[in-house]
Amino acid sequence: MTTYVSGIQIAHLIDGQFPDAVADAQPEFAVVKSESLVEVLAWLRDDPDQAYEFLSSLTGVDRIDWFEVAYHIESFQHNRASTIKVRSSDRENPSVPSAVPVWPGAQLQEREAYDLLGINFEGNPDLRRIFLWDGFAGFPLRKDYLNLPGGQMPGLERFPGEPGVELSGRGTE
Amino acid sequence: MTIKSEPFVVNVGPQHPSTHGVFRLRLTLDGEKIIDADMVMGYLHRSMEKLAEERTYTQNIPFTDRTDYLAAMTGNLAYVMAVEKLMKIEVPERAQFLRTIMAELQRIASHSMAIGIFANDCGAWQTPVMHMFRDREKILDLFEMACGARLTLNYMRIGGVSRDIPDEWMPQAYKLLKELPKRFAEYEDLLLSNEIIVARSRGVGVLTPEQAIAHSVSGPMLRGSGVAWDVRKADPYAAYDKLDFEIAVGTNGDAYDRFVIRLAELRQSLHILEQALDMMPGGPVHERLGTATVQPGGQSIAPLALRPPVGEAYGRIESPRGELGYYIVSDGGPSPFRFHIRSPSFINLTPIKQMAIGTTVADAIVILGSVDIVVGEVDR
Repeated sequence: MTTYVSGIQIAHLIDGQFPDAVADAQPEFAVVKSESLVEVLAWLRDDPDQAYEFLSSLTGVDRIDWFEVAYHIESFQHNRASTIKVRSSDRENPSVPSAVPVWPGAQLQEREAYDLLGINFEGNPDLRRIFLWDGFAGFPLRKDYLNLPGGQMPGLERFPGEPGVELSGRGTE
Repeated sequence: MTIKSEPFVVNVGPQHPSTHGVFRLRLTLDGEKIIDADMVMGYLHRSMEKLAEERTYTQNIPFTDRTDYLAAMTGNLAYVMAVEKLMKIEVPERAQFLRTIMAELQRIASHSMAIGIFANDCGAWQTPVMHMFRDREKILDLFEMACGARLTLNYMRIGGVSRDIPDEWMPQAYKLLKELPKRFAEYEDLLLSNEIIVARSRGVGVLTPEQAIAHSVSGPMLRGSGVAWDVRKADPYAAYDKLDFEIAVGTNGDAYDRFVIRLAELRQSLHILEQALDMMPGGPVHERLGTATVQPGGQSIAPLALRPPVGEAYGRIESPRGELGYYIVSDGGPSPFRFHIRSPSFINLTPIKQMAIGTTVADAIVILGSVDIVVGEVDR
């Protein structure tokens, strides 16, 4: 069975090596500061006790107050998996360092996150739109993409047919 | 005197039989040699990740059929497992076995297509693929008996499967299991040393184990490069921990090895199916969750009103194409806050450029064929 290394455990390990690099730790993930992201990821890959040589998935999430990129990493050698995150609070122009120098497998996934969420991966050698065409306006997976009246966010607030407030977007003030 | 030629651009696709869908490979050639390869995708982009944010968790299951439409069962399974992980739901044992059986049948159907189409790309035009369709039809018949659909199945539910199999299902499945070994022996005879396939694919598109891991490739492509990694073994889900099977591993990491791995996995899937059908336990096929109701006749249906707690989960399985993962972020509402598909077809395309440069157009077709992409899953 794969051991899922909790965010708190991995944050502790990172902290021992790079003091001041961890921004937050939750049971599901550890958040690393953007400045030290690349060296932390490279250490997680190269250190024989960690050996997270496989980047399973890279994806962005629009958390409304900030953007985050989640790295689901795996170690074949130790059969372990863990999750690292990095955040960017710039709403207009979110930017995080590219993981391509560490895992070339991040290339297409970073292009996807850029295309749909507009996250700029600094240092990615070929950051272009991938599914949408050049000149497409905006980034559709952002929560404010549709610009609903009254600043409403997309998403269901209640189930169809469920009694309660009038059916509207999620996150209304 | 050397003659300098100008680079020449060839578009393979978007409408081309070897791209397995609407996908474009833009090759820059110097004479016959490829000097640059660029992938143009998105022709089948249906913004599933955005659509899923507007629908309930149960309503999202049909989307998972339509990503990898050649392996809808495994798409369903990966998604419901991610939600079950998020909600910490235990699934009844019979449902676990049904899931395993359906996933393995799907793997045989999907690998059959991959092998047939790969032979097509190599130049064994249409004959192998028609043989493969014959087996696949029988598997689709079994799916039709179980859930009424053949391709977009929508069979799995959060907490189990949508319904139990009918009484006639097991005899039919055993009948198929008796037929398949003969067929597989026939394919091995016809294809393994087939000059058309060997000459076109040996030594083409080589990926070393280090390159394969660094480029995040998974599935038969990773195992073809000699890395014995299979999520079914490394992190057993459903009923795989009770079943015995082996991981097929290649040695050279070329297109031929990927093809051989898929043939070998047909045998392994059959072996898993034989055990799973014999061990199938009785009992319910769906966990009763909250407002779940049981229909007359004992069939349970999934609840509509699922509200997972705030949090996130990443569920992954071994789909026929590789590691298929669903990353679900919940804010406690009735629909996912973020719904991301880690699709193996898409990520397995990462090293295409590296593999194609320096080869010829004919080799590039074989390389793309050996990756076995489904464009519905690439573009989502």
